[in-house]
Amino acid sequence: MQPLLNSLPETVFTTKVDDLLNWGRKSSQWYMLFGLACCAIELMQTGGPRADVDRFGCVPRATPRQSDLMIVAGTLTYKMAKRTKLLYDQMPDPKYVISMGSCANCGGLFQLAYSVCKGVDKIIPVDVYVPGCPPRPEALTEGLMRIQEKMMRERWLVRQPAAAEAPVGA
Amino acid sequence: MDPNLRVDPQAVVEVCRYLRDEPDLKFEILSDLTGLDLPKENKIQVVYHIYSYSHRHQIVLKVDLPRENPQLSTMEGVWKVANWLEREAFDLFGIVFEGHTDLRRILLPEDWVGHPLRKDYVEQEEYDGISTQRAPLVEKLLR
Amino acid sequence: MLFDFANVLVFMALGAGFVGVSLLIGRFLRPYNPQARKLSTYECGEPASGSAWVNFNMRFYIVALIFIIFEVEIAFVFPVAATFRRWVEGGQGIFAFVEILLFVGILFLGLVYAWAKGDLEWVKKIKS
Repeated sequence: MQPLLNSLPETVFTTKVDDLLNWGRKSSQWYMLFGLACCAIELMQTGGPRADVDRFGCVPRATPRQSDLMIVAGTLTYKMAKRTKLLYDQMPDPKYVISMGSCANCGGLFQLAYSVCKGVDKIIPVDVYVPGCPPRPEALTEGLMRIQEKMMRERWLVRQPAAAEAPVGA
Repeated sequence: MDPNLRVDPQAVVEVCRYLRDEPDLKFEILSDLTGLDLPKENKIQVVYHIYSYSHRHQIVLKVDLPRENPQLSTMEGVWKVANWLEREAFDLFGIVFEGHTDLRRILLPEDWVGHPLRKDYVEQEEYDGISTQRAPLVEKLLR
Repeated sequence: MLFDFANVLVFMALGAGFVGVSLLIGRFLRPYNPQARKLSTYECGEPASGSAWVNFNMRFYIVALIFIIFEVEIAFVFPVAATFRRWVEGGQGIFAFVEILLFVGILFLGLVYAWAKGDLEWVKKIKS
């Protein structure tokens, strides 16, 4: 279906086009508002005026259809896990996940509880873990910068030798 | 600690109706309905916190139920809020409220097995394909 | 004068070409990974239930209808206003004025009727 992707040799032109595409993607990371608990407050403040992420092009979207980044902010319970998986599946490729806060990383403060899922990576693949309880807006911005670095390393037109499939968040 | 009254399971609905309707007492609101699992005395206690807006006083009622089959009449006819509070008590303790219109789990998912706030609750190995195993250090803390 | 229409044609072609080329480039440069779960209807994480074809309130249709009627009325008043000076110079200003006044007046009666019947209310009160 996609004859151009993952098929061209590695020349100056194709790598520059790849860099151009990645630059466009990293400068407009539209994140899905997936604030589940207290980390959502810090997520809102990261998008707020003081620690603005809008200057990096990150705007919040309410729907997974228009977002390419899912910031899981807060405690994930087993009841919510099924819905989280469906929402992650409904995001279009290429998609990334930031696990924000201790609760999303490993269950956090509530690891002993019966209803808390011990980390969101039991359900969806996570690209960047941002530790903290809650992480400061600066820490979350650092997480977004790491996602930017990850985006810049991807190759679209250039043929990838090892991975046979499309270079999507591997 | 609030002053509390021990009430018989058979009489509790009538007592609550009297407490609500009597003009000197007028307990309009059921603030909370919780359970208490006491395995050593082999009983489950249901605790009612009721409050009066007009007279600004409150009281606590405690009802003892046998631990094997805890059943109690519903308080839904007296205070409507008991609908959800009793669903929560059923969800977490397994107390069955007779006459309740819609007794099903409210906090945990529908297909959860067990009543977590009981002292002899054993967690299931995995739910919905997600393993419930914790990190080894945390497991040690749990012991 | 015919050349002016060629202007419009070029503009339309450029506009359509701009959009078309952008979409075409996107079609060849984006990943294509359709999956059943990805294509499922979005309902905030829950599996979708029920049909999306629901009955809409009648007020949307009524507002749209009244809007169209008065929009077309405005469109008809514009040529009259544009050539009014020529009519006045030709000595038939009063004729043109009265005619356009009649036109607007008849439609104004329609507006008064809709207003009195309560069709312009967005939130309708029930007379119980």
